[in-house]
Amino acid sequence: MPMLDSQDLHGFKPSGDAQQPQELATHGLIHSLLTKQDLLNLYHYLVLTRTLEDKIHYICSHQNPKNPLIIGKGYLSTGQEAVSIGAAYTLKENDWVAQSHRDFGCLLMRGLTVDDLLMQYFSKVDGPTKGRDANVHLGNTQKRILGFISHMGAMLPAANGVAWASKYKGENNVTLAFFGDGASSQGAVHEAMNYAAVFKLPVVFICNNNGWAISTPTHQQYAIQDISARASAYGMPGSTCDGNNVVEVYNHLKKAVDHARNGNGPSLVECKTMRMAGHGTHDRAQYMPKDQIEYWKSRDPISNFEQRLINNGVADDFLFKNKKEELAQLVNEAVERISQMPGPTVDKQLDDVFAK
Amino acid sequence: MNRPLYYADAIKEALALEMRRDDNVYIFGEDIAQYGGVFGVTKGLVDEFGEKRVRNTPLSEIAIMGEAVGAAVAGLVPVPEIQFSDFLTTAMSPLVDLAATYHYRIGTALPITIRAPSGGAMNIGNFHSKCLESWFTHVPGLKVVVPATAHDAKGLLISAIRDKNPVLFFEQKKLYREIKDDVPEGDYTVPLGKANIDREGKDISIITYGTPVHWARQAREELKQKNIFAEIVDLRTLAPLDKDTIKESFKKTNRAIVLHEAPKTSGFGAEIAAMLEEECFHDLAAPIVRIGAKHMPVPTNPTLEQYYLPSIQDITTAAEKLMEY
Repeated sequence: MPMLDSQDLHGFKPSGDAQQPQELATHGLIHSLLTKQDLLNLYHYLVLTRTLEDKIHYICSHQNPKNPLIIGKGYLSTGQEAVSIGAAYTLKENDWVAQSHRDFGCLLMRGLTVDDLLMQYFSKVDGPTKGRDANVHLGNTQKRILGFISHMGAMLPAANGVAWASKYKGENNVTLAFFGDGASSQGAVHEAMNYAAVFKLPVVFICNNNGWAISTPTHQQYAIQDISARASAYGMPGSTCDGNNVVEVYNHLKKAVDHARNGNGPSLVECKTMRMAGHGTHDRAQYMPKDQIEYWKSRDPISNFEQRLINNGVADDFLFKNKKEELAQLVNEAVERISQMPGPTVDKQLDDVFAK
Repeated sequence: MNRPLYYADAIKEALALEMRRDDNVYIFGEDIAQYGGVFGVTKGLVDEFGEKRVRNTPLSEIAIMGEAVGAAVAGLVPVPEIQFSDFLTTAMSPLVDLAATYHYRIGTALPITIRAPSGGAMNIGNFHSKCLESWFTHVPGLKVVVPATAHDAKGLLISAIRDKNPVLFFEQKKLYREIKDDVPEGDYTVPLGKANIDREGKDISIITYGTPVHWARQAREELKQKNIFAEIVDLRTLAPLDKDTIKESFKKTNRAIVLHEAPKTSGFGAEIAAMLEEECFHDLAAPIVRIGAKHMPVPTNPTLEQYYLPSIQDITTAAEKLMEY
């Protein structure tokens, strides 16, 4: 085993706004146009996502495997919620998202409820996929969320299609397309980026670089420092930001979303973060170096944000405590309620294979 | 009014009619705009509909297929062209995993028609000649169409574009400028899932689709000289499959040859043969015969490709043998 260097720590090296990481280190002032209410909204979704996913994790580790409440495993964004949430906060009502594995934060912000997501995990007939699919493999056309599949990178070309439709109809909607460091090696990702640039599609590609593709670290996935470096080769702007700083994610994405909305085409934003557990709840992540976990634990997106909210006079411990209690109760009650709901029945399953 | 039209021009006419009818219908693919596609099928459409609705793309089948999915989710009616059906292999994931499962999983219909020139007998080798239809009939959620005449190509394409599901439309590139038949001028549909009795006969059912329909016609003429009267069942769509028409023909003739250009091994003929055995066992007077290409990559050399493909004689010999039962 080689000595750990910053690559092994999956250390964050800013390529863009140098003020931001410094701000993180010193818990200094928040540089953003976000209002106090915006910051509190972001905090709400950070805590809501963490609470919901902690619960999913708890259920996965404690349920009776012979009669499970959750079919399959949990695929969680714990410790990297700021990527999905900071990004989604830049969107307007009619914008679209193509989510990836760890985007419950975004889905909640786009209007799916805790109930919806639990129905999906519990495989209930009233859930987003009628109990047919489970965990993160869902979509909702009404809420403008594309239906995710496991083929990594597969949603980027489809996101282009949505963005093209917006352009075709003369609408002014932006599509956010999430992918991971693992997916960045896929041909679909390269094709999608080139294609989007050629047609100046209003799409923002956002790379959730959490350091690991299941057990494969980034230095075994690509030979460059930042995935965002590829953007210029496609002919689009690219930047890398601290994925654990929700305000910084928002700032980078806002710029990219505005760029797309103004008709200037796609961008690539890379958010460096860390997957703080295994790929799924079945994976104990024993391949991860302890120092790396410790390094990123100190950069937790919620506790760091809390500190900065305090430093900026936006909130205090009392608010944090109340928020956590309120959302824990909300999630617990939802689990009770949703677990009682019916699962799918086999009748009429064949009817929906084709649309009539 | 009917007039004779080339197979390729019938397809172009269907595209133009549908694009005039519905502003959301648009076509895109490699070289399809000014150049008109490598077979010239879409030539001239860009002049009428403009570059937004007739769009050239980079050589990116995954991106093309992905665009189709996203555009359909957002309310458009995409009609992508995959330059050669052989290149579908580069876009399997967006087609098979994303498009085909979307309605069942997410509940949103995807009205996508993928035009893909298919088949060989043109000495253009393994990467421009294959018939992959049975790869896709195996996939729940995909419809598969293979027109054999200009009339059907137009009517089936209009139906495919109006259908709410992903449809693979396997144009027979061999037929583009080789056959002409009577095609009505205006708007008409040939329904998906309905086979056609192309020629009537009492002795043997030749169940086939696409270019081999024309081989079957030739074989039928030769068999007539020997007092064997073959009926030709042109499937037109493989998914959904019109079992009723097949079974009706078979109940009359009690003998069947299933013929296709794709290799016999695991070809669509196996599905038909098994279906008849399962559902019409008491009507069998003889074994069901499958005729398809040999199990080898498609050679470019004309002598070798001829060896690879089924021949008219394969059909007549098989028919004569069947009559011995």
